[in-house]
Amino acid sequence: MMAENNNSEKNPDEAFAYTPGLKVKRSMIVSEERRLPLLGDILVEKGASVSYDTIVAKTEVPGDPELVKVTAILGIDQNEVHDFLFKKEGDKLQKGEVFGRYKAFFGLINREVTSPLDGEIESISKLTGQVIIRPEPVPVEVNAYIPGKVVGIMPREGVVVATQAAFIQGILGLGGEAHGEVRIVVDSPEDELTAERISEEDKGRILIGGSLITLAGFKRAVEIGVAGLVAGGMNYTDVTEIMGEAIGVAITGHEEIGTTLIITEGFGKMNMSTRTFNLLKSFEGYVAAINGATQIRAGVLRPEIIIPHDEKEELEKEGLSAGMTSGTPVRIIREPNFGAIGKVASLPVELMRVESGSKVRVLVVRLDDGTEVTIPRANVEIIEE
Amino acid sequence: MERMAKLKKAPEDMEYILVTDVGSTTTKARFFSNKSGEWRFVVAGEAPTTVEAPYEDVTMGVQNAVREIEELTGHKILAPDGSGITVPYEHGSGVDLYCTTSSAGGGLQMMVGGFIKAITAESANRAALGAGSIVMDVFAEDDGRAPYQKIRRIRSLRPDMILVAGGTDGGDTTHVIQLIELIKAADPKPRLGVSYNLPLVYAGNKDVRPQAQSLLGENFALEIVDNLRPVLEVENTEPARMAVHELFMEHVMSHAPGYPNLMKWTDVDIMPTPAGEGMAIQLIADTFKKNTIGVGLGGATTNVYSVVDSRFVRSVSANLGMSYSVSNVMKEAGLGDIMRWLPFSRDEEDIGRRLSNKMIRPTTIPQTLEELIIEHSVAREALRLGLGHHKSIATRLKGMKLGEGMDRGTFFDQELAETYIDMLTLEVIAGTGGLLSHAPDRIQSMMILTDAWQPEGVTWMFQDSVFMMPHLGVLSTVYRDAAWNIFDKDCLVKLGTNIAPKGMISQGSEVMKVSWTAPDGSEFQETVRGGEIKRIKLPDGVEVDALVEPARGLDVGAEPGKSLEAKVIGGIGGVILDGRGRPIQLPDEAEARRALLREWFAVLEMYPAEMIGKLY
Repeated sequence: MMAENNNSEKNPDEAFAYTPGLKVKRSMIVSEERRLPLLGDILVEKGASVSYDTIVAKTEVPGDPELVKVTAILGIDQNEVHDFLFKKEGDKLQKGEVFGRYKAFFGLINREVTSPLDGEIESISKLTGQVIIRPEPVPVEVNAYIPGKVVGIMPREGVVVATQAAFIQGILGLGGEAHGEVRIVVDSPEDELTAERISEEDKGRILIGGSLITLAGFKRAVEIGVAGLVAGGMNYTDVTEIMGEAIGVAITGHEEIGTTLIITEGFGKMNMSTRTFNLLKSFEGYVAAINGATQIRAGVLRPEIIIPHDEKEELEKEGLSAGMTSGTPVRIIREPNFGAIGKVASLPVELMRVESGSKVRVLVVRLDDGTEVTIPRANVEIIEE
Repeated sequence: MERMAKLKKAPEDMEYILVTDVGSTTTKARFFSNKSGEWRFVVAGEAPTTVEAPYEDVTMGVQNAVREIEELTGHKILAPDGSGITVPYEHGSGVDLYCTTSSAGGGLQMMVGGFIKAITAESANRAALGAGSIVMDVFAEDDGRAPYQKIRRIRSLRPDMILVAGGTDGGDTTHVIQLIELIKAADPKPRLGVSYNLPLVYAGNKDVRPQAQSLLGENFALEIVDNLRPVLEVENTEPARMAVHELFMEHVMSHAPGYPNLMKWTDVDIMPTPAGEGMAIQLIADTFKKNTIGVGLGGATTNVYSVVDSRFVRSVSANLGMSYSVSNVMKEAGLGDIMRWLPFSRDEEDIGRRLSNKMIRPTTIPQTLEELIIEHSVAREALRLGLGHHKSIATRLKGMKLGEGMDRGTFFDQELAETYIDMLTLEVIAGTGGLLSHAPDRIQSMMILTDAWQPEGVTWMFQDSVFMMPHLGVLSTVYRDAAWNIFDKDCLVKLGTNIAPKGMISQGSEVMKVSWTAPDGSEFQETVRGGEIKRIKLPDGVEVDALVEPARGLDVGAEPGKSLEAKVIGGIGGVILDGRGRPIQLPDEAEARRALLREWFAVLEMYPAEMIGKLY
């Protein structure tokens, strides 16, 4: 945040370079790193063609071990632990299996220790009398997520898959990776994505709405088995209801809410930007890969919609945002005029006092309806064209 | 810091100093000079932090921020060949010292463990926080979780570092080894990649060191230090804190993008931002010789620092903040508690929507007064929650033996479990961070701090002018005099003094009388009634000896009903005579509450009167 700065003449703009517009590209090379959580095996070779579900790498994640306090259970000393166990390190155990026994007084005292799970004895500690039993490793596979070519191999870690695609970033998502056929269910970016607009045939599809995903619309989508929902906004209280609690820290992607949900503009009823809407509309019927995972921290991770295609078009470069000049299209991202779109009319050099009382760097935006508004530079984002 | 600084010039020969803070969003460069004969702040340069893709090199953001300083001053600082910062200053370019703090990429994220939650685990927690880390979880034998749950948690968190304590020297070994076995079984992986060993500091029972070495030595970057709780009555967090700092530099920072280079540029070890901020607060406490509490209210975290009877304690609330973490404040405080500070009526969906939109677009700033007041309401709650967290950490040592015998064993005094943070004994409050430093009018930040923390008795209030406390904190480790001079002249803004009796008040009845003789000889006397708040203009630089006479049953620091003579400082906000009671009583009925807030805001001249009237 910026305001009057008592000691330095210039008030640096903290925000504008940090929040480049969300990407909305018709055609670019999208590459996705597909990483294993632990080192493992790569199953494809560089240059291989892959599809959404192709398994490109796999590994085995060691299961969560259980610690069994044998000494306490059997009532023995640590250094006796080997004497009363009839299994050793590396031996397999089944859940409920007795693997140690302490008998005394002609069997009057008879204590047993059983395994709490199916697994293998990893260690028997003479120091503490703890036995660590580890279950079978859990196989973990990573799929390609997008169809395309394997363009890079990270030995034992994962691969890079690349494809030509339309690429659209949302502002916040819930739920993880999915793919399905794109269908536009509204007539315009102003329309709401309501329950009535969703039919049984939308199972497995990715539905594009306009300004708002209604709660009823969301519930209907989950009921039918829609793969994903994309619209401009969603009400704060509805998101809270879907999550079962208020969003705290915005690190999302692991929610199990029945579908993947992406909003492109923000909370509340917010018309989807025309550019995003039109781009999605032009790919109706194509299969898209989407991911709701969002991390709003340094190095923001935004939810994404990837629509692979092979249209012969000039590829757009994924350049770094060049900054604003007169004429740059921008979207206002804070009250008042939140969501309004216009072009930069001027960028005054001097600090100006805004209504809140802060002296900040501002810009003048000419809105689409011709009116001009003066707002803090931090409160716009560039619409990348 | 702990390692010897590689100074290129003796401090007394220095002319220019550059300090940066590589924050999670913004890299903030501050340029200092002693050209005028004393060390002063010259200018600030800021640029987005470049820790993540597509840049993945923090030095780019540092160079951009420094370039802004070059443009503003014409003073060349960056080496022409792009190799970093020119040190020392020669032939009109360069600086004599460069140092930096950093919280980029989420700062230092730690897990800590101990044997007993309230004893060694708590000491380990304090040691980790003291090193400026964010503590992700504290695990202990008695934390109520089954071993498999703890293991799952350790594996899922991917910390930057683990600190393990447990047992007093010569005390229990078995449970401590069990804890170590549990960590080994969990086999946690570091956050910044799978290619290096996770750093782990062992600061538990010294008799367990051989086992710690044999169990952990292979898979962890293990550092063994003195027990942080050698006996129950003593907490010795310093060796653990220093080891955390060393490992942070050697193992964590060196794996963050661009940090290996940045480490070469700096003359002093890179310090976590909260560590630098904490030093600045300590500097205040040292200088005024007063019990002090300070806060860094940031976008992602709220860091609270207290120095009470020379004991310094730091807490870092990882998910309380004004931008990234604003939704979490809303979640933890509840919308109702945020909205109780609004002088106008809005529905929950409206406020929830606005704040959620701030969270997803964290760098936007309030343009309208309405938005500013909403943010100020959130700030009060973030500060209130942050203080609550701090109180849970700033406690007396628990578990000390008070008596032995009875049947057997030891019993512990539960009385000792309470925090020693008492607003009545805290004499100084200081604030820093974007929202406080950038409030359009300083009286706003003074009142945000006052409403949130509710100081009692006579409390001096300060704030950071343009966010440079972390910078001066790290600078103070090598050049205290320069740091203090800049701190005093350019950083520390005197807000003024708050005078508030502790106790329940009744509306309208007399709460206290305050009187003093001004330097010009004029007499001041004011009576404050229950529910009233008054702002007395007393300029910066003026100090008066005030007599505060509380009504019966109310306490201003000299026992209930007793008068207190105290030094009162002036400042931009002046002297606030606060008769609202402690705790502050807000009416339950919404419209009555809003009317009262409007009245207070008007009396205090917090917001432009002509504007605020339009909001209702």
